[in-house]
Amino acid sequence: MVGSIAAIGAGLAAIGAGIGIGMIGGHAMDAIARQPEATSKIQTNMLIAAALVEGVALFGVVVGLMGL
Amino acid sequence: MKIILSTILIVFFSFGVFANESEHKEVNTNEKYNPVPPIMEHIMDAHTWHLWGAGHDAVAIPLPVILWTEKGLVTFMGDEFHHDTEGHHIVTKNGLNLVNYEEKIYQLAEGAEHLEFDKDGVVANIRPIDISITKNVAAMIISLIILCLVFFAAAKSYRGGVKAPKGIASFMEPLILFIQNDIALANIGEKHYKRFLPFLLTVFFFIWFNNMLGLIPIFPGSANVSGNIAFTLALSFITLLLTNLNGNANYWKHIFWMPGAPIPIKIFLIPIELIGLIAKPFALMIRLFANITAGHIVVLSLVSLVFIFKTVYMSAVSVPFTLFISVLELLVALLQAYVFTMLSALFIGSAVAEAH
Repeated sequence: MVGSIAAIGAGLAAIGAGIGIGMIGGHAMDAIARQPEATSKIQTNMLIAAALVEGVALFGVVVGLMGL
Repeated sequence: MKIILSTILIVFFSFGVFANESEHKEVNTNEKYNPVPPIMEHIMDAHTWHLWGAGHDAVAIPLPVILWTEKGLVTFMGDEFHHDTEGHHIVTKNGLNLVNYEEKIYQLAEGAEHLEFDKDGVVANIRPIDISITKNVAAMIISLIILCLVFFAAAKSYRGGVKAPKGIASFMEPLILFIQNDIALANIGEKHYKRFLPFLLTVFFFIWFNNMLGLIPIFPGSANVSGNIAFTLALSFITLLLTNLNGNANYWKHIFWMPGAPIPIKIFLIPIELIGLIAKPFALMIRLFANITAGHIVVLSLVSLVFIFKTVYMSAVSVPFTLFISVLELLVALLQAYVFTMLSALFIGSAVAEAH
């Protein structure tokens, strides 16, 4: 068996990031479809929320890196 | 224009013809290439600024090493170690023998020739207090100079009176107004925002410029400043200090005796809020560090693919991917600076907020 559990942990964190940011993006698309004039506001807030979710996922990646 | 662009493209693609291994190194093509040490070397701090080359014929800018040892201040240039980071080359100053092991400087015991490792493989020698100008410090000074050049030039253009900005000020003014209105004013409020505006502006532009410089692969970029956890620790510690030193009675009441909750919940919330006091700036620190470092590791890993597969044609896959990730990293550079600044403003705003 090659590799380490730390890498699996980092991969799981990536799943969390993917799901979270995917949901944020999807809801943002719905919101833009409903009201195209608000696109720039929605986009700004989407990027902020995505950065926060990514921050949490990167906690997991950092712990994975420490375990390498 | 098209002829110029096609000529440049053809010149760049023809560089592949000259790519070959250096003649005087034994190449064992059956040995697997381990990409982790070069990647870690690029991400971590160093006592010389490595430009190109490897091993003994590396070209590097020497940086001053300043140590506070038991025998006083010791200073010398980083190239006295002759690019050795394995702890073999001994530099003798003031009667102390110093070696550089993985870019940390250790003091050898009297008469010893090698470092002592304890049973876990950790170095057991003492380290003198290291206050050198390392690669990250030098890079911060470079970004400081760029910041000063840009903003003093922008400020000078306003000297003749307030009018429509021209030149660099016309690029900076919308950004500064954005931070003033949408970050500072919106989060801190009309009464106090002016006090904290210089800090927020400095943090935003310092982090942004350092992120961008880290994406450039050659001097004066190429130093991983914002991916250095000590750098982000210092910035988030300043946010922690600012938040708690400016906390008013309402802020502390929200932490220790949350209004509007039943008494058992109030007591339950005290440790949670106390942890939150530390956890929020901690998250600021980890978010910036991990985003920038992860971006650099991804770019370096994609370039390492060429070396792992040992063929120059892998670059046809590797370079477009790297280009795409680098564009994403440009976005991340700006976004992480913005998120850091916005969350700092949010925490400061909660500290000075009036009860409602």
